[in-house]
Amino acid sequence: MPETQTVTIDGNQAAATIAYQTNEVIAIYPITPASPMGEWADEWASRQKTNIWGTVPNIIEMQSEGGAAGTIHGALQAGSLTTTFTASQGLLLMIPNMFKIAGELSPAVFHVAARSVAAQALSIFGDHSDVMTARTSGFAFLCSNSPQEVMDMALIAQAATLQSRIPIVHFFDGFRTSHEIAKVASIDNSVIKQLIKPDKVAQHRQRSLTPEHPVLRGSSQNPDVFFQTRESVNTYYQVMPSMVQQVMDEFAQLTGRQYHLFDYLGSAEAERIIILMGSGAETVHETVEHLCAKGEKVGLIKVRLFRPLDSEALIKVIPDSVRNIAVLDRTKEPGSDGEPLYKDVVTALAQHVGSEGSRFTQMPKVIGGRFGLSSKEFTPGMVKAVFDELNSAVPKNSFTIGIHDDVTHSSLNWDKTFRTDAHKNTFQAVFYGLGSDGTVSANKNSIKIIGESTDKFVQGYFVYDSKKSGAVTVSHLRFDNKPIHSTYLIGDEDANFVACHQPVFIERYPMLNMAADNAVFLLNTSVTPEKVWQSLPSLMQQQMIDKQIQFYVIDAYKVADLAGMDKRINTIMQTCFFSISGILPKEQAIESIKQAVEKTYGKKGQRLIEFNFNAIDRALENLIKVDVPEKVNIQAEVNNQLSEFTPDFVKKVTNELIAGRGDQVPVSLFPVDGSYPLGTAAYEKRNIALEIPVLDENLCTQCGKCPLVCPHGVIRSKVYDESFIDVAPELFKSMTVKGKDFPQDHLMSYQISPEDCTGCGLCVDICPIHDKANVSHKALNMVSYTDELRQQEKVNWEFFIGLPDYDRALLKTNTIKGAMLLQPLFEFSGACEGCGETPYIKLASQLFGDRMLVANATGCSSIYGGNLPTTPWTINAHGRGPAWSNSLFEDNAEFGLGMRLSVDKQKQYATELIVQLKDELGESLVDEILSADESTEAGIEQQRDRLHKVREILLSINSFIANELQTVLDTLSRKSVWIIGGDGWAYDIGYGGLDHVLASGRDVNILVLDTEVYSNTGGQTSKATPRGAVAKFSAGGKPSPKKDLALLAMDYENVYVAHVAYGAKDIQTIHAFNEAEAYAGPSLIIAYSPCIAHGIDLKNNHQQQQLAVDSGHWPLFRYNPENARKGINPLHLDSKAPSIPYREFIETEVRFNMLWRTHPDDAEKMLEQSQQDVVHRYHFYEQLAGLPWDEENSTQPPHRKLASVVKEQKSEKVNNTKHNGEGK
Amino acid sequence: MIDLSTQYLGLTLNSPLVASSSPLTANLDDVKRLQEAGASAIVLPSLFEESIQHEQKQLESFVHSQNLGHFEADSYHPVPEEYKGELDNYLEHLHKLKSALDIPVIASLNGITNNGWVDYGKDLMQAGADALELNVYYVAADPAQSGNEVEQRYIDLLKALNQHINIPVSMKLSSQFSSVSNMVSKLQAEGANGVVLFNRFYQPDIDLETLKIKPQLELSNPTEALLRIRWIALIRSRVNLSLAATGGFHTVEGIIKALLAGADAVYLCSVLLNKGPEYIAELLLQLNQWLTEREYESIKQMQGSVSQFCAIDPASYEHSNYRDVIKSYRSDKD
Repeated sequence: MPETQTVTIDGNQAAATIAYQTNEVIAIYPITPASPMGEWADEWASRQKTNIWGTVPNIIEMQSEGGAAGTIHGALQAGSLTTTFTASQGLLLMIPNMFKIAGELSPAVFHVAARSVAAQALSIFGDHSDVMTARTSGFAFLCSNSPQEVMDMALIAQAATLQSRIPIVHFFDGFRTSHEIAKVASIDNSVIKQLIKPDKVAQHRQRSLTPEHPVLRGSSQNPDVFFQTRESVNTYYQVMPSMVQQVMDEFAQLTGRQYHLFDYLGSAEAERIIILMGSGAETVHETVEHLCAKGEKVGLIKVRLFRPLDSEALIKVIPDSVRNIAVLDRTKEPGSDGEPLYKDVVTALAQHVGSEGSRFTQMPKVIGGRFGLSSKEFTPGMVKAVFDELNSAVPKNSFTIGIHDDVTHSSLNWDKTFRTDAHKNTFQAVFYGLGSDGTVSANKNSIKIIGESTDKFVQGYFVYDSKKSGAVTVSHLRFDNKPIHSTYLIGDEDANFVACHQPVFIERYPMLNMAADNAVFLLNTSVTPEKVWQSLPSLMQQQMIDKQIQFYVIDAYKVADLAGMDKRINTIMQTCFFSISGILPKEQAIESIKQAVEKTYGKKGQRLIEFNFNAIDRALENLIKVDVPEKVNIQAEVNNQLSEFTPDFVKKVTNELIAGRGDQVPVSLFPVDGSYPLGTAAYEKRNIALEIPVLDENLCTQCGKCPLVCPHGVIRSKVYDESFIDVAPELFKSMTVKGKDFPQDHLMSYQISPEDCTGCGLCVDICPIHDKANVSHKALNMVSYTDELRQQEKVNWEFFIGLPDYDRALLKTNTIKGAMLLQPLFEFSGACEGCGETPYIKLASQLFGDRMLVANATGCSSIYGGNLPTTPWTINAHGRGPAWSNSLFEDNAEFGLGMRLSVDKQKQYATELIVQLKDELGESLVDEILSADESTEAGIEQQRDRLHKVREILLSINSFIANELQTVLDTLSRKSVWIIGGDGWAYDIGYGGLDHVLASGRDVNILVLDTEVYSNTGGQTSKATPRGAVAKFSAGGKPSPKKDLALLAMDYENVYVAHVAYGAKDIQTIHAFNEAEAYAGPSLIIAYSPCIAHGIDLKNNHQQQQLAVDSGHWPLFRYNPENARKGINPLHLDSKAPSIPYREFIETEVRFNMLWRTHPDDAEKMLEQSQQDVVHRYHFYEQLAGLPWDEENSTQPPHRKLASVVKEQKSEKVNNTKHNGEGK
Repeated sequence: MIDLSTQYLGLTLNSPLVASSSPLTANLDDVKRLQEAGASAIVLPSLFEESIQHEQKQLESFVHSQNLGHFEADSYHPVPEEYKGELDNYLEHLHKLKSALDIPVIASLNGITNNGWVDYGKDLMQAGADALELNVYYVAADPAQSGNEVEQRYIDLLKALNQHINIPVSMKLSSQFSSVSNMVSKLQAEGANGVVLFNRFYQPDIDLETLKIKPQLELSNPTEALLRIRWIALIRSRVNLSLAATGGFHTVEGIIKALLAGADAVYLCSVLLNKGPEYIAELLLQLNQWLTEREYESIKQMQGSVSQFCAIDPASYEHSNYRDVIKSYRSDKD
C-alpha cells in the first residue's frame, strides 16, 4: 500500500482530480455548484498537466449541458474515455443523451454536485431532485457522502463503468459536500493505474466507431424488435452491483478504505434503523454512534449504489432484529405516495419477506420521510426525532423533518438543543465577514495550515447571503483529532471561537448565540478598547457576562492602513485568530501564515509579502484583551422596528428572512405557487456605504446623469409644486426647476436614499459640474457616512418619497432629464457595487415599467432581481409595475415570446368581445378603444381611462360576454414584453431560442446585458467573450473573436438592433430604449455591461465603457427597420471610428493584460488580430451605414446591399477583364 | 586615428556617446542598431518600483483576493500558476541585451522603498548590468521637510545600496538642489561612481477640456543643454567621480561643449528618437571631424578643458549674466 498523502480540498476538487486523471475528453459547461470541477479541469489542461496515460485531456466548453452531453456521446462512440460535471437543470438537459449513452452500453462517469431542480423557485442548493429525475435513464447511480468519499467513489465509479460498460452518475450533495473543505487522503496514480484496467480501456476503444471496421449504431427500430433489444442488456445490469463491489474490495486492498454497496453501522441488535444516502448519512452516523453509546438499539444503512439496486445486498445488511425502518429521501416527488428510495426499500422488503429463505417472518414497519431539501439543515436533533418517531405506536409516514409544516402537518418536531458527544474535543469556530473582506479565503487558508501541519481532521463550510454587494459570509470551521461526520452548521452554544470581522454586523446578527461558555470573541472595531463595551448591543453584553466570554478587539482597518494593505484585513484577522484561539502554538501558527503568504505571492509579490508580514506583526501588537464588566452598560441602541404601514406578508415572512430566521417560518405563510409581492428590497436597509453622495444645489445644473447611472436606484429626481417645500424637513434641498418644459413655480430635488446606497461613487464620477474656484468640488460629492448624515438624509428621503411624481404624460422621455423624472420600478438591488447591468434595467423600468412583463433568464439579473428574501422590482403609486418571472436559463426568449403571444391572443379576444358589446358600452367608446393611439404616455393614460369606464359599465351587465371581457379587458391597453438576460443566455445556451424569437417578427424587446462572460457562475467564457480575454475555461486567452450578435440579428431585416454603452453615450442609450420599445416587431438591445469579472474596479465603470467605445471594441449604433421603410438607411452609427489604439483599452483590464504576463507572444498576436478586427468591423458598419437608400430597394438590408454592390463591382471587373481578354 | 574612448563609471567606453533611456533601448532590434551605429553604452528605461507595486496590487485585487461572498462564485478570474511580471520582463530584456551586445549595458532603477531599491538593485546586478543608474526623483512638497532632509534621502539610499551592490552606481539628479555642487560631492563621499546631470521629468499638465491633470513628457530641445554644460563645468574641477550630461544634446556642437566642460559621457535620447539610431554614426563622424580639424589626439585631451578651473573666464560660469542677456536682447531688437 503506497504511503498516504493528505490534501485539504473540497469535494469538487476531489472529483475533478480523479476525473481528470482518468479521462481523455472532458466536455464542460458552468452550473452551480458543479462549475469548479470544470474550472479545475480547464486550468490543469492549460498548465499542460497530464493524466495517468501521460497525455493532456482535451477540454471543451459547450454552449449548454445538452451540448456537452451530445459531445460526450460522440466522443464515447469514437472511443475516448469521456466525462463531464453538472448539476440540477444541467443534468436534466443531459437526460436525452443519457438514455442513448446507457442504451449503447458506453462506459462513462458523470460527476454531479446534486442540486434542487427549479420548481416554484430556482435554488442552487443541494438535494437529490436532479439525480432522481435522471434515474430512469439506464445510468448507474453511485453516491458519496463526504469529500473523502468523493475522491474514492470517483475512482471506483470510473473503474466500475469500464468493467461493467454501464455509465455511472457519481453524485454528492451540492455545497455540503461539493464545497466543504476537508482533509482528504489523496489517491496515488499507482493506485489509479491498478484499478483502471488496460484491457477494459482497450475494449472500450475497440468498440469505437471507425471506418476501419465500421458498424451501424443508433438505428431506429420498429415494434417487432425494439422491446427485445431493450431487454438484451439485462445481464449487464444484473452483474453490475457485484462488479462494483469487486472494485470496492480491490480499492480497499489498495487504500485501506472499504466500502460496500450498502454499509451498515450501529447496534448489531438494532430495532430501529434509518436508510439514506448523501451527506445527511454522516450526521446520522454521528448520531447513531452517540445513541448506541447510550445503549440504544439503533442503526443506519448508507446507500452507496442506488442503481442498479441490489436488493439482496440491501436486505443482507439489515440486522434480523430490526422492527422499524425510516427511509429518508432528499427529494420530493409531488403526487407520489412515497419518495424513490423509500419505495425501493419497501419493494425490496416486500419481495424478500415471505420468499424462500427470507430472514424476516413479517414485514418490518417502513416509513418514508423527506429531509434537507435545498441544503436545509439536517442535525442530530432531527435524526433523534426520526428514531423517536420509529418508537411511536403509529409512526408517521411521508413525514418531513427540518421544517414546520402547519398545513398538512407532515413535519416531526425535534429537540433543537439535542447534541451528540461528538464535539467534546472538537474546536469549533465561526467567523462573520463581509463578502469582499477576504474572511473566507483567510479561513480556507487557516484550514489548510491546520490540516497540513497537524494530524487533526478539519472541516470548513461557508454560508453566504444572496447579495452580491455587502454580503455577509459566515465561516464554520471544525478541527478534531478524530474524523468529523457533522454535516451540519455549528449551532447555538457550540462555538469555542466567534469572530466578527465587520463591526456593522454586531447590530445585525445575534452572533454570540453561537458562543459556548468561556468562548473567545474577537471583534474588529475602530472603537477604542476603553469605549468598546458601551458600543455593543445590550444582548451581546449580557451574553458576554453570562457566558464568561474572553473578549478581544483589534482595529484591523487601522492596522491594514499602517501596514500598506489598504483595506485588506484578512491576514490581520487570521493572525488574531491563531494568536488567541490556541488551536496551534502561536509561533508555529504565525510562521505558517507567513509561509502561506509567501506561497501565495511568490517571489514576484515581494512587496506584498512585506506588507503582509508587516500586517501580521502589527496585528499581534494591536490585539487587545478587554475585561468584560459585570454589568450591561449601553449608550444607545438602533431601533429596527418596522412601521405600522408595513404589509403583513413583509412583517411575517420577508422580515424574518432578512433577519436570518427563515428556517423558522412555517409552511402556511408561504405562497403555494411561488408568487411574491414586489417592492420588498425597500425594507432591507443595509447601510453598507462608507461614503454617500451629497448634493451641492448651488452648482447642480439638473442634467439628470446621476440618477441614470446609479446602479442601485438610490439617487432620484423629482419636480413638484413649490408649495410642498413648506412642509419639508429643515435640511431638505431644492432648486427652482430649470427649463421651459416645467412650470416656473415648480421646484426640483435630487435626493439619495442613504440606507440603500452602496457608496459606489458612480454618480459623483458622472457629475459633469465643477466648482469654478475648486475643480475637485462637484455638484455631487462623496461624504463620509456618519450617523448624523444617515439620520438627516433618512428624513429627507422619507419626505422626498412622499412627494407626488410628475405627470408622465408631460415629460419628454427622450431626454435624460425627462426620463429621469420617471419613477424607477427597479430599486436597491443587491447587485455588485457599481454593477454595469442594473442601470439599463432601471432605465427600462422607468420608461415602461408600469406596463412591462419581464421574462428574465437565469443569471446575475435573476439573482439580484428575484432571489429571496427581497426583490428590487417594485410598483408605482397606482399599484402598477413590472410583472417579472424567471423560467430557466436556456428558454428565456421562448418564455418571453409566450408572454407576448398570450397578451396578443387575449387582446384579440378582448377586441372580439368588446365589439359585441358596442351597444351596451357605446359605439364611440368602443371605437376609441379600438383605434387608440398608445404611442405616447398621454395616449396610454387615456386608454386606461377608457378601459376604466368600460369596467364600470361591465359591472352592470350580467352576461357571459361581459364577464369574459372583464377577465381580459386589461390587455386592451398596451403591454411591453421584455426579455432580459446575459450573454451566456443570449449568445450560447439560449441562442437557438433567441434566434427563433427574432425570426418570429413578434413585438418583444430583448435586452442582452453583455458582460462578455458568464458572470453569475464566476466568469466563464461565453461566445461573447472577446479575443485575448483570459476567463475561466479560457485560461490561455480566448483565441476566437467575439460573436457579432448584432449583425446576425440585422440579417433578419425586420429586427430593431442597438448596440449601447450608457457610460459612453447616455442619450444614445435612451434613444435606443425608446425606439426599441416603439418598434412593433422584435427589438434587440445589446448593452455593454462592465463587470467585476473584467478585472476592473467598478469605480471606473464609465471610463471602461468610454475606452471600449473609443477603441472600437464596442461601436455604438442603431438599426431601425422603420427607417428602411421611410427610404432612410436603417443603420445609423452613433460612435466614431476607433480613435485610440485597442491596446489602450485592454491595458486597463486584467482580463486582457493578464495574458501579457502568462502568454506574452499569444497576447501580442491576439492584440494585433483584435486591432484589425475592430478597424475592419467599424469600416464594414460604416460602409453599410453609408449606403444610399431609397424606397425601391428598401426591403434589402444594408449588408445584403453591400454584398450586391461588391458583387456588381466584381462582375464589372470580370466583364472588363473578359472584354480586355477578348480585345487581345 | 583619434582616440574617442572615455572612462565612465570605471568602464571604458569607445566614445562618449551613450544611448540614454528611451523606447529605443527597450527594443532589442533598436539596441542592436544603436550599437551598430556606434553607441558606446546603452542605458535601459527605468525599472519603476511604483509600477511593479501597482502591478502587484492589481493582481492582489483581481487575482489573489477575489472573494466577493457569493455562493455561486468565489472567484471570477483564473489564477495563473506562473506569470511574468514587469520585473521578470525587465530582467529578461537585460539578459538578452547582455548576450546580444558588446557594449556595456547600464540598468536604470527608480525605487520608492528602501527595500525596493536594494532588492531590485541586486536583481539588476545579478542579471548582468554593467552599472546601475539610480533615477531618483523625489518631489519635496512637504513644507515640514528641509532641504537637508531631502538630500539625506539620497545619501541614505546610496549607502544602503552600496552595501549590496558591487557594480558601479551613478545617480541621475534633478537640477533642483540648493547646492548641486555640494550634493554631488556628498554623493562622491558616499561612494557614488558618477552622476548624470540632469534628469528631465514628466510634468503634470492640465487638460483644458476636462480640467484633469495629465502627465506630459515633451522631447528635449537643444537650449536645455546649456544648463547641463554650465553645471558640468562648475563641478568637474571639484570632484573626481564620472559626469554624464543628459538633456538637450541634439547636435555635435552641444556634445563638444559638454565634453569641453568636463563630461565623461553624453547621453542622447530625443535626437535619436527623431532621427533614428543611425544618427549616432553621423554625430561621431562630425565629432571626429571637429577634433581632426583642431588636431586633437583624443577625447581625453579636450575633456574638461573649458571646465570652470580651466576656462579663460572662470567667473562667467558663476555670474548670473543677467545684465548681458538683457542687453543683448535689447540690441537685437534695435
